[in-house]
Amino acid sequence: MQRWARPLLLAALLAPTAALADHSFILPSNTNVSGTNTMVTFDAAGSEHVFFFDHRPIQLAAIRIWKPDGTPGESVNGVQGRFRSVFDVKLDQPGTWKVAAEQKMITGSFKLNGEERRVGGRGGAPRAGQPGPGGPGQPGEARPASGQRGSEGGEPRGPGGARGPGEGGARRMPPVAFEDIPAEATDVHLTEIANRVETFVTLGAPTTTIFKPTGKGMELEPVTHPNAIAAGETARFRFLIDGKPAAGLKVTVVPGGDRYREDVGTIELATGADGVVAVTWPHAGMYWLGAEATDDNPSEKRAEARRMSYAATFEVMTP
Amino acid sequence: MRPASYALIGSAVLIAPAANAATITITLPRLPIAEYKKPYVAGWVEPAGGGAPRSLFVWYDLKKGGNEPGTKWLSDLRSWWRKSGRNLSLPADGISGATKSPGSYAVPLPADLPPGNYVVNVEAARENGGRELVSVPIKVPGAAGRAAGKTELGAVIVAAK
Repeated sequence: MQRWARPLLLAALLAPTAALADHSFILPSNTNVSGTNTMVTFDAAGSEHVFFFDHRPIQLAAIRIWKPDGTPGESVNGVQGRFRSVFDVKLDQPGTWKVAAEQKMITGSFKLNGEERRVGGRGGAPRAGQPGPGGPGQPGEARPASGQRGSEGGEPRGPGGARGPGEGGARRMPPVAFEDIPAEATDVHLTEIANRVETFVTLGAPTTTIFKPTGKGMELEPVTHPNAIAAGETARFRFLIDGKPAAGLKVTVVPGGDRYREDVGTIELATGADGVVAVTWPHAGMYWLGAEATDDNPSEKRAEARRMSYAATFEVMTP
Repeated sequence: MRPASYALIGSAVLIAPAANAATITITLPRLPIAEYKKPYVAGWVEPAGGGAPRSLFVWYDLKKGGNEPGTKWLSDLRSWWRKSGRNLSLPADGISGATKSPGSYAVPLPADLPPGNYVVNVEAARENGGRELVSVPIKVPGAAGRAAGKTELGAVIVAAK
């Protein structure tokens, strides 16, 4: 058991700089698809164990779909559960589809009349009985709305749990949305969080239109097509930050199914000067690949720093 | 290219005229299974050093349409689908065929293969069953070789005519 996860989760709640306890993923039921009238179903979640559903869903509303020609696609049959979101996509166009969730938010703190206030969440006053967002989640992840559910299943972020009365019994103030920071605030320290989670599915022959980078934040530009990878082969992917190759970026690869083995089997890699990481897949199966980086180039001018993360799900086929 | 080779392009079932003529014999084993369904089987040849694979045949449920057409399960021929099948427009003349019962079947090796080393691959996938890939390295001209599967495929023999 990985007991470290719990303290990390708590830390994520309190300090926005420790949010990598989760593996966020969008898991397709199939990535290399044949036939007509084809549907693929997806699970979207953030979890400790890769491709298990043990923590929280990615918000259904955060899911975006790109058809092979670059136009927006639609999902159907969406359900957001306690641990995962589920939706189907009808592949009505041959080629390579992208299914992704993106999240951008501002966290940090400021002082108002000498009192420190935290910044976070999506704005608006917290609803009664809801503690309000406590910091950045992974991309688009939903926090269970405590008002709608009786029990949080013992999760540390439940109401009255970790957040409870603060030290010395002082009540913690709810975080303030970025848009609501008052003009008279002082000591404003803000960090921009930009998270991206993706997966790729190909009906028929692979295409590359949807790989075109946006030039914003951290992105993965396939050199090897993500739906043309097999065990024993080496795939290459270029990481970009704001459209430029991200050299020396640490990239983590985790094969799915870690519950059924002793070793997590994490593969630690790094990008070269050209931003390219080379991944040799030890065996067939679903893999999670992730990277994160911090810099001082936030798109929001009032922020001092930017934290970016990228995660993708790849299906590695038998040779 | 020898002129003779052109007669074969797009028509693998014509009898090869001369020198390079070789046949791939594929054996589908009889399996002692109550709910036996005839397997999907595909064959292709690819240059040993890498290069474009070329589909030779694919046996699948050509007729079934509707919500779950026969083509839906073509991607269960995982290697073939990734390397060649998904780039084909199906049904493909001279390549697509109906599924076959257990037995031995002969398919001609294209006579227009430039000299070199190749791998002949045969892959089978069966409903509620397994999947198996058998690879036979050959050298053209004089293509000859054999390998055998353990479960879904019997012998795959490449022999000159």
